[in-house]
Amino acid sequence: MTKNAFYISVMVVALIGYLQSCGSSSSTSQEEIPDKVSYNFDIRPILSDKCLACHGPDANKREAGLRLDDPESAFKALKDNPSAHAIIAGEPQRSEVFLRISTKDTNKLMPPPSSNLKLSAREIGLIEKWIKQGAKYEKHWAFVAPQKPAVPEVKNEDWPKNEIDFFVLQKQEQKGFSPNEEADKERLLKRVSLDLVGLPPTLKMMDSFLADKSPNAYEKVVDELLKNPAYGEKMAVYWLDLARYADSHGYQDDGYRTQWPWRDWVIHALNKNMPYDKFVTWQLAGDLLPNRDKSPTYKEQLLATGFNRNHKITEEGGVIPEEYRISYVTDRNDLFGKAFLGVTLECAHCHDHKYDPFSQKEYYQLFAFFNSVNEVGIESVIGGPETYAKKPLMEISNEDVKNILTFINKPDTNRLIVSVMTDLDTMRKTHILRRGVYDAPGEEVQPNTPSFILPFDKKYPKNRLGLAKWLFDRKNPLTARVFVNQMWQEFFGKGIVKTSGDFGMQGELPSHPELLDWLAVDFMEHGWNLKRLVKQFVMSATYRQSAVVTPEKLATDPDNIYLARAPRYHINAEFVRDLVLSSSGLLVPTIGGPSVKPYQPPGLWEGATSGRGLLSMYVQDHGASLYRRGMYTLIKRTVPPPSMSIFDASNRDLCEVKRLKTNTPLQALVMLNDPTVLEASRVLAAKLLQENSGVSDKIQKAFRLVVCRKPTDKEMTILSNFYEKELKKLNKTSAEKLLAVGEYPVPTQIDKVSLAALMKVVNTIYNLEETITKT
Amino acid sequence: MEKEILEHGLSFNRRRFLSTMSLGLGSVALGSLMIPNLLNGGDMDEAGFTPGIPHFAPKAKRVIYLFQNGAPSQMELFDYKPKLREMMGQEIPPSVRGNQRLTGMTANQASFPLAGSFVDFKQYGQAGAWVSDLMPYTAKIVDDLCIIKSMYTEAINHDPALTFLQTGSQQGNRPSMGAWLSYGLGNENKNLPDFTVLLSRGIGNGQGVYSKLWSNGFLDSIHQGVQFSKGEDPVLYIRDPEGMNRKERREMLDNLAELNQLSYEQFGDPEIAAKIKQYEMAYRMQTAVPEVMDLSKESDDIVKLYGPDCLVPGTYAANCLLARKLSENGVRFVQLYHQGWDQHGNLPFEIQSQAKDVDQASAALVTDLKQRGLLDETLVIWGGEFGRTSYSQGKLTKDNYGRDHHPRCFTIWMAGGGIKPGLVYGDTDEVGYNIARNPVHVHDFQATVLHLLGLNHEKLIFKHLGRRYRLTDVSGKVVRDIMS
Repeated sequence: MTKNAFYISVMVVALIGYLQSCGSSSSTSQEEIPDKVSYNFDIRPILSDKCLACHGPDANKREAGLRLDDPESAFKALKDNPSAHAIIAGEPQRSEVFLRISTKDTNKLMPPPSSNLKLSAREIGLIEKWIKQGAKYEKHWAFVAPQKPAVPEVKNEDWPKNEIDFFVLQKQEQKGFSPNEEADKERLLKRVSLDLVGLPPTLKMMDSFLADKSPNAYEKVVDELLKNPAYGEKMAVYWLDLARYADSHGYQDDGYRTQWPWRDWVIHALNKNMPYDKFVTWQLAGDLLPNRDKSPTYKEQLLATGFNRNHKITEEGGVIPEEYRISYVTDRNDLFGKAFLGVTLECAHCHDHKYDPFSQKEYYQLFAFFNSVNEVGIESVIGGPETYAKKPLMEISNEDVKNILTFINKPDTNRLIVSVMTDLDTMRKTHILRRGVYDAPGEEVQPNTPSFILPFDKKYPKNRLGLAKWLFDRKNPLTARVFVNQMWQEFFGKGIVKTSGDFGMQGELPSHPELLDWLAVDFMEHGWNLKRLVKQFVMSATYRQSAVVTPEKLATDPDNIYLARAPRYHINAEFVRDLVLSSSGLLVPTIGGPSVKPYQPPGLWEGATSGRGLLSMYVQDHGASLYRRGMYTLIKRTVPPPSMSIFDASNRDLCEVKRLKTNTPLQALVMLNDPTVLEASRVLAAKLLQENSGVSDKIQKAFRLVVCRKPTDKEMTILSNFYEKELKKLNKTSAEKLLAVGEYPVPTQIDKVSLAALMKVVNTIYNLEETITKT
Repeated sequence: MEKEILEHGLSFNRRRFLSTMSLGLGSVALGSLMIPNLLNGGDMDEAGFTPGIPHFAPKAKRVIYLFQNGAPSQMELFDYKPKLREMMGQEIPPSVRGNQRLTGMTANQASFPLAGSFVDFKQYGQAGAWVSDLMPYTAKIVDDLCIIKSMYTEAINHDPALTFLQTGSQQGNRPSMGAWLSYGLGNENKNLPDFTVLLSRGIGNGQGVYSKLWSNGFLDSIHQGVQFSKGEDPVLYIRDPEGMNRKERREMLDNLAELNQLSYEQFGDPEIAAKIKQYEMAYRMQTAVPEVMDLSKESDDIVKLYGPDCLVPGTYAANCLLARKLSENGVRFVQLYHQGWDQHGNLPFEIQSQAKDVDQASAALVTDLKQRGLLDETLVIWGGEFGRTSYSQGKLTKDNYGRDHHPRCFTIWMAGGGIKPGLVYGDTDEVGYNIARNPVHVHDFQATVLHLLGLNHEKLIFKHLGRRYRLTDVSGKVVRDIMS
């Protein structure tokens, strides 16, 4: 084939993809220019995305001395041409900005073609109109502390169940949408159960909820679920991603570590509903709280600081220790920015931030808070139990577990060590690192916080405890918004600010800014009470809508920005496993303890290892350890559990605040062939066969346990026919082969052919799209 | 110049073609069924990049990357340094060493004695390329190769250096090269993944590999590298359970599709339709993968070409043969890793077996592609993550020494699609410590690979958390000198 012919064929194949992208690109480019142009909503996104890389906060990369994010600079006479101005309010035709973006002369055009950036006609029109209307600048919305807005009025007053709904409905009414009906009871129960405890509802729960006709039936269920200890496990999974928790050190040899007691603490704290400010303060600075020697909770506070030692730690002989020590501090600093402030601090690691008003100096001022940990870049190479935690560390004795740290599930009397935080007696000096390189120190800096967010109060101590106080200062514009948004994302599929890790200039604007502010202020006013927040979410009419999407809604709001339906998406990897184990009755609900090694395809660790350390070979567990919740599967960072990765779990390398949600053939293969799913199918089938009931009752029950609703007649017909056919086709030999999966015993007195036939039916039910989807 | 005009014309035509075609056709749902999950991403960027379509006419369609994990010593393979033998045992001059930072393994060494190679070199081919006696098969095909002796990198430890070469960043969580290409060029074969990974190891000092090296990073996980391994499950979970044949699987899937269809009718969610398609793709993969993995039908000539190891699953030779088959079947990026090249000590012994592991099969792969007419459209790359020091790590004796990590220069070779054959590019100084001519930075190398595949590295971008990311981060120049 000639090159050109090949090229055309590539294009034809790819055309489908292109059409796709035409359909999905938001309608904004065709949208009309509003009567009143808003700086924050219309202009700043354009400037930030297309102009600020060269005319923004980064002093070293600033062209022509011009800064367009700063009105003073933009209105001033130009450095190169004092008779001209970048912007003259009210006069686009005399404003160089407008002239340069609209010129046909490619030598003058901005952004220059070489930048690969281009303004659309609409964007040029917006800037023109904005200048005409007076070129008014506003502070970036996220850096202004939220005020609690009034709850808006709506036309359809019957619909809202709490404040959330007024905000959501008002938007819908403006845009001409109306909400879906409430979801049917079975689907609603499954949804709220998956969201609150990460497990499907039991038959008993389903029956009692269906039978309960009282007006507060749903609220009773919600309250029960919030009290269930599985709630702490469910909510912890998000936190473990954020805290990049894993069971290995990462890097070259990727040796084992025992950081799991910290994970047990997270579950415990969430179940106790520890207020969010305290929850985070302990993790950031539990070692620095006053009266530590006398405090009965000191050990617990110290354990909480394991949070900031979850990062990867090298055991590769021959590294330069300082290079790695700096990388640990960097990891903590970047996490602090992404997880708590929702800003992309890491961009200022090597240079001033290109978009947000955040200098490299400020990066290292913040860095200084984390720079005095009593640690080294490499403490030991891969080895025995003494390397399972790195200094500073705490020892957890059996006595501690009996008296204070009662939530730790310590199964034996072995020495147990956990990496935690403590600072040196004298603070380390912190320097700006030129280009971010560890051995290029520049100016010395003192601990401080970025002033554009909130100046550091002089009465706060200049250490991590002071930093935590600053974070939870009621005037901090970001902390509450960022967390409320992360939680919203957990329950509604995406955040009110879609870029949950970036509230800065380059982040997406909130779809419902007033709602976000209302929730953030309300959250602070009520003592950072997480269970209360979560209950507000799930009690709302917005949450309770059905997930049906009409072609009209799909066409007009494909991304469901206006929440005129409930979102549908596959549940997290851990909960896929939990659903399978729980519905089949295999789940061992023990909370906490060392991570476990369930079935895993052979050779994965062995094929990728350096050959050193406890984790060089995968020694599978047996018995109860095979049936623990997904969050307890051991995470070896360099080879994370495959069925988890396939379902988009984080590899825990760095802080993550949002998982991708994908839909791939490998996911289909897991559900079809993973021994975990096959074994569960067999065990559930065996249990049903031993019950004194007819075949259709058995199939119906399996369906209810797995999909969490009664099957329709059509569904029953398909599944029953499938069963009958299988029953005829299978013989003893093929049946026995099918049944030989998993270690859970097969009851001896059972008919093998019937069992295999029913197992196939159950396996089909596990593979339904709806089964692992929040619907 | 002519080439640029051609490229410009193609890129113009592409725009026009798309804009006219898109008016006439219009089923969004159809697209989402055929290409998974595009609803969640893939908007055309203002830079004019549309996932799945190259920027200009590609020279190569596919890549096979033979990664030599652990960093092979260039002084024992391709970078002939007679001067080192002359200076055997002498201290490396401080003027040569400059301010190069050293790893913790040699930083405290009192002495840095230069170590001449124990192995002899000869010249081969029309270009007179020097190749050591450890690589007799490769020596025979030098006229098909472009040997680059002037590669350099920034990292001095394995993990960051590997990660840098594969993802453009020393820290993790960025998409790797194969994922970028899958994202950039899309799928050629609907029954196999775009990006596959094959692992093997020699007996030399080993360093681990990590799944982040074939990570999709922030791209859709459809672009993630899929590991193919030896044994009964070449792809994870691909084998149906014992006691179930293909017909029975088909019947089960038909029932499943019917049930999922009911759900689609009720909910109207395009993700359900996509799920039905994913199960179909999974079913096809179940047939396609074992077929492509089956080496039993390879002719005697092929077995002879690759060497008898090619019939032993999991060896480098078998992986090379498999790489050819996958590539031939349209897999966009086949990534091999062969572990065991980290010769800090005992180098003369260990490197012989490492070289023996890979020499014949690497050369066979190039020859095999060529005889099938596929070399023109396939880019083959051979090399590690950095080089090794010209001085000895640990004690230098007459017949034994080691070499530490060295980022300032190393040798790789490239062959096939768009590469100038029979070229030796770049040079190092006479002791092989610094680059003397035509340095090629890792980002230059990456930019060149993308270019050969028809992608402009400055335009192959993905916006994530407010920043536009590239494989080449913020630098990189296409090395036009090595292109045909």
